[in-house]
Amino acid sequence: MKMRIFVPRDAGAIAVGADEVVAALEQAADKRGLPIEIIRNGSRGLYWLEPMVEVATVKGRVAYGPVSPADVPSLFDAMASNGPHALRLGLAEEIPWLKRQTRLTFARCGVIDPRSVKDYRDHNGYKGLERALTLTSDEILADVTASGLRGRGGAGFPTGIKWKTVAQASADRKYIVCNADEGDSGTFADRMIMEGDPFVVIEGMTIASIAVGATKGYIYIRSEYPHAVAAMNAAITAARRTGYLGEGIVGSSHNFDLEVRVGAGAYVCGEETSLLESLEGRRGIVRAKPPLPAHKGLFGRPTVINNVLSFAAIPFILDNGAKAYADCGMGRSRGTMPIQLAGNIKNGGLFEVAFGITLGELIDDVGGGTASGRPVRAVQVGGPLGAYFPRALFDTPFDYEAFAARDGLIGHGGIVVFDDSVDMAKQARFAMEFCAVESCGKCTPCRIGSTRGVETIDKIIRGERTSENLAVVEDLCNTMKFGSLCALGGFTPYPVLSALKHFREDFGPAPATLQAAE
Amino acid sequence: MASAYEPWNEARGAEIIAEHDKLEGATLVILHAMQEAFGYVPEPAIPMIASALSLSRAEVHGVFTFYHDFRHEPAGRHVLKLCRAEACQAAGGDALAARAEAKLGISIGNTTADSRVTLEPIYCLGLCATAPSAMLDGRVVGRLDEARIDALVAEAQR
Repeated sequence: MKMRIFVPRDAGAIAVGADEVVAALEQAADKRGLPIEIIRNGSRGLYWLEPMVEVATVKGRVAYGPVSPADVPSLFDAMASNGPHALRLGLAEEIPWLKRQTRLTFARCGVIDPRSVKDYRDHNGYKGLERALTLTSDEILADVTASGLRGRGGAGFPTGIKWKTVAQASADRKYIVCNADEGDSGTFADRMIMEGDPFVVIEGMTIASIAVGATKGYIYIRSEYPHAVAAMNAAITAARRTGYLGEGIVGSSHNFDLEVRVGAGAYVCGEETSLLESLEGRRGIVRAKPPLPAHKGLFGRPTVINNVLSFAAIPFILDNGAKAYADCGMGRSRGTMPIQLAGNIKNGGLFEVAFGITLGELIDDVGGGTASGRPVRAVQVGGPLGAYFPRALFDTPFDYEAFAARDGLIGHGGIVVFDDSVDMAKQARFAMEFCAVESCGKCTPCRIGSTRGVETIDKIIRGERTSENLAVVEDLCNTMKFGSLCALGGFTPYPVLSALKHFREDFGPAPATLQAAE
Repeated sequence: MASAYEPWNEARGAEIIAEHDKLEGATLVILHAMQEAFGYVPEPAIPMIASALSLSRAEVHGVFTFYHDFRHEPAGRHVLKLCRAEACQAAGGDALAARAEAKLGISIGNTTADSRVTLEPIYCLGLCATAPSAMLDGRVVGRLDEARIDALVAEAQR
């Protein structure tokens, strides 16, 4: 019998040698005259074990990793005989790091062949859509609302309410737009799901189109993700061929088609109105709200615009019911969050879990501390616009409101870990500099404030009139926070002010009065 | 030196525009296609795109200059992009970037005098759990250390 071997096509696995491992496996098979079938699955998200190779056995898939091409000859023999090997991790599904997760959105990622509609269907795919086709628009909207799902891009706006607004709007055309401009450093969940289970995104968008009466959708993917672009395009072609996109979706009267559009390296296009401008072929300049995209979105038509993970959560909700999703979580944060552990971390990767887990559990217990072995000093949660938290705040539960209460945000669920070699004044400066480079330029607080911010932090770093300049930075941050049109200018103060607040010692000697107050 | 790209040619430019000009909001799609064919967006393409899409030259120029991706002139033969965002900074990316700059004798954002290598920053490849990361001519590389960055630079210089 042919050995069935799984090697991820995920960009993160390819970056650490997955393609070379495939070539070595093919060579080893040729040499031994043993036929093999290689399936390029997605990643399961245990990145410190990538490239993670799995082989199908009667008991389930046995995993090995991290595999280098040099390991392949011995690995091949171990796989063929089901014998011991230094890299053997046991049954993939039983790896504790994976087993303790609650994988609702990422249930299939790393399991199936992302190019096969049949594989997707064999793993509960398209069941949500099949059920949605038997429901009225109001019933779908009621399910999505009852699930408690909030926008996973970072803003956390209730998805059901957004969809309802679009459903109630009347227009000749409506659009579904998927925001796959995942620009936050430390986040890669959108990329992973697009590469590992693209049909779940298509299915979620298709359900949205039925709920609101839209016929055309766009997936706006950043140009830094060529592998995700290829995976989504291949999946769209396969979905069209099998009747899951196009005219009369699976025999219904509903028409819906999708197109991938590629961004061009502007971080601000992750902001929804800027993304819509970009999709329309213009500069990615933020729009003032109102009107909301739900009323006047793409080409002035009512538009549902959601993050990849929001759409990807929908099929589970429709298939298993709103309650099954809402039963997970805490407070007003219902369901699961695919959390991404990144930066200087021992066990980095994707950890999908119900809201409520603490930051400390995530960093120390799940993540295993730093990769460098030095103490964790700071973690940035929520991308370049997220706050830096010190160890003193590690009891914060992963929850939209709990983070907001401590002047932070969970954003898109990325956590970047820094060890004690980090210079927080430099990180604060970087936040301002990034904002200055990426500002669309429409509003003054963001455009000018960020540039003045860089200059002022430079003065602080040089030790010039530290206390006066720190006051200027705080003042600038206030202006940016309350005066900017969108989250770029509005949230850049989070990393800056949190660095100042929690790591004051990195910004030069504190004035006597402040020291006394502390 | 042989280039992977075609030299600018007006007829070819017109053909590229005609392939895409019926799409909704086609400007970015066409600019990407131009760059894919020619390695950059040649100046004469701008008024051609404007006329095909019934836009002003200024509008197309505005779009062209807004996005970091679009090149005004050809890049070096190889493009090495180093991720400079927070996750890669946390994993020692700053020191590796400085090392690449020293090896190539240029700072990030420039091309070597022999036009072989363009060194660019990139803000996040989404490979944050295998940081630091880079991309050489579209090929992604993670878990960079001194040996791997040296090998990448040497490969780019070939």
